[in-house]
Amino acid sequence: MSRRVLVLAGGLSYERDVSLRSGRRVVDALRRAGVEASVRDADSGLLAALDAERPDAVVIALHGAIGEDGALRGVLDLVGVPYVGPGAQVSRVAWDKPSAKAELREAGIPTPDWVALPHETFRELGAQSVLDRITDRLGLPLMVKPAQGGSGLGAHAVYLAEEMPAAMVGCFGYGDTALIERFVEGTDVAVTVVDTGNAPVALPAVEIVPADGVYDYAARYTAGTTTWHAPARLAPAVAQRVASIAVAAHRALGLRDLSRVDLLVTKDGSVEVLEVNVSPGMTETSLLPMAVHAAGLDLGVVLRDLVDVAIGRSATVPRRPAHTA
Amino acid sequence: MSGTTLDDYTDRYAERMRGMSVSEIRALFAVASRPEVVSLAGGMPYVSALPLDEIAELTAKAIREKGAVALQYGSGQGEPRLRELICEVMALEGVDSSADDIVVTVGSQQGLDLISRIFLDPGDVVLAEAPSYVGALGTFAAAQADVVHVAMDADGLQPEALRATLERLRAEGRRVKFLYTVPNFHNPAGVTLSEPRRDAVIALAEEHDLLVIEDNPYGLLGFEDAPGRALRARSHDRVIYLGSFSKTFAAGLRTGWVLAPHAVREKLVLVNEAQLLSPSLFTQTVVTEYLEHHPWRDQVKVFRELYRERRDATLDALTTMMPAGVTWTHPRGGFYVWMTLPEGMDSKAMIPRALTHKVAYVPGVGFYSDGSGQRELRLSYCYPEPARIREGIRRLAAVLSEEAELRAVFGAGPSTVDVRRRGLDMPGPELT
Repeated sequence: MSRRVLVLAGGLSYERDVSLRSGRRVVDALRRAGVEASVRDADSGLLAALDAERPDAVVIALHGAIGEDGALRGVLDLVGVPYVGPGAQVSRVAWDKPSAKAELREAGIPTPDWVALPHETFRELGAQSVLDRITDRLGLPLMVKPAQGGSGLGAHAVYLAEEMPAAMVGCFGYGDTALIERFVEGTDVAVTVVDTGNAPVALPAVEIVPADGVYDYAARYTAGTTTWHAPARLAPAVAQRVASIAVAAHRALGLRDLSRVDLLVTKDGSVEVLEVNVSPGMTETSLLPMAVHAAGLDLGVVLRDLVDVAIGRSATVPRRPAHTA
Repeated sequence: MSGTTLDDYTDRYAERMRGMSVSEIRALFAVASRPEVVSLAGGMPYVSALPLDEIAELTAKAIREKGAVALQYGSGQGEPRLRELICEVMALEGVDSSADDIVVTVGSQQGLDLISRIFLDPGDVVLAEAPSYVGALGTFAAAQADVVHVAMDADGLQPEALRATLERLRAEGRRVKFLYTVPNFHNPAGVTLSEPRRDAVIALAEEHDLLVIEDNPYGLLGFEDAPGRALRARSHDRVIYLGSFSKTFAAGLRTGWVLAPHAVREKLVLVNEAQLLSPSLFTQTVVTEYLEHHPWRDQVKVFRELYRERRDATLDALTTMMPAGVTWTHPRGGFYVWMTLPEGMDSKAMIPRALTHKVAYVPGVGFYSDGSGQRELRLSYCYPEPARIREGIRRLAAVLSEEAELRAVFGAGPSTVDVRRRGLDMPGPELT
């Protein structure tokens, strides 16, 4: 079956550069799997291009707001172009870390205690007194990160109370709401969940060991500064638990096709979900391609299968709501 | 199982590569290329103002008539006719030179690299203005030199600070290999070294046996005065001069030059040959044809007028819109305004907020080798049109107000997190 796939990459987000790299890699992988694929930016010419080219499906390699917050997915639904990955509504929830954490906790999936507050709250109630209550309640150390966004941008680990103000200012540079989360010591792992039609399956977990302890932007994207283990060096029972919690998180948020679940495994083997990504990175140092490789699969083939799932889905769903006579 | 770092060459890299990493600032700037963003970041010459049809014709003619030469290897020193024409260009700033002492380079950036290669060993001291050109700092860092900054003000490098630094380093037993300076319309500071200070710097060079690297890409782009006399015009053997056609003609042709004393020139040619065999004979041919057959001085006037209008738009907008406590330099030529923010602000930490407001600038820390410059930033007015400049500065003013308010709420000073400097924090070439 021949398919023409349009890969969307770039966008007006802090992760534009990462996205452009993801996009190129996705196109290469799809072409190797025999799929006709091209890449373009999500800009003001996108809708005209979709009308003109009528691709069979879209693969979203956009990171940051438009690719992950559901907005673009809503537009693709509107114009009736199938796309790989979760739908608009659930993406909106997964993209907003506090909303996603609330749903996970509701579903009984462990996630570190947190509080999410907009910057106005600090201004109106007095920053220091609010920060004091937060550290009283959650303790130290803490993770401060933007409620929305990825790649570790604007995220800071805070070990001392006096580091909080600068971390908050750094975080609010990226968005209006901060997620302040109990910092859990342990091993970072990422699990890619793929569903090519039967049921969501966890690929082998990838373990992340940053050279100087912090998995920040440079550690993520500079080859040689982080060591990854795929599969993760976990006891079989722990690996099993990690996999089933990742799949449970994918289900709890109502996701489809593929997602990446970031988790933390503590020394005693307990597991916490940190966040879920609906448009995981696909660069040469990204976790999803590593997991696919560790599973003995080919990225292009996996993506091709997901493209077919998306095309099949659109064939069974009417593009416009049917009117009753 | 040992895991992977996705880099199988880690233990093979040269020592000088240690600590180089992907910079998040560089990644954030990927957004600055989108048309929605007013970029006051890049120092990109406005080449759209060139007579492109005429350049197309003279290039086509050169290939037709001289292609068999122009598409061949050339000499390591560069073509003799171009070197003669370069002497004429430098004469406009009082430089008396011989075509024999010129080496053509791939932009003056490569000239800097050649100079670093022939003079610098790891640990050597280089003096540079505070702040200094980011591309030079990158080259010196790659040579593992130790850059010591010397204070400057509205009249450029301060001779008394230069003297104090030279004396301190001498007392410490450290030899200064050279002073790197941009005397005209400084990148990034926008200021120009005054006449009396030019003489003072040369006098200090004589007194302290100091070699001066004069980097002069902007000298002909003065808005108010005739070009000043170059440092090289005041001393033949104390000054190595770097020139460039990137701003007076076309940056994309990557053609610059080094004028050096004879003995140094010999070494530059040897290293140039080791690096390149020869600089591109094709681009040298295009530049030669342009200089010989096009009224290039008139084109420089076109650029000057264009950039003057943009400089005026920038300074007007800054005066009208900037919140209290922000100060900036008043360039009399070139591309840049250097801005200093109130105490406690951090221009690098403010970048994501600026990009949210769709405006970009270059944070000050990149222009220092010692991590200072947190409150400073560079604005370039060379590329956007005046209306866009005004809009960009309006957005920047909003960013500054929001940031100041947020810092007041949290009582936060400059960032104490995320100040780890990981090797070279170089922006991409479009930002230098």
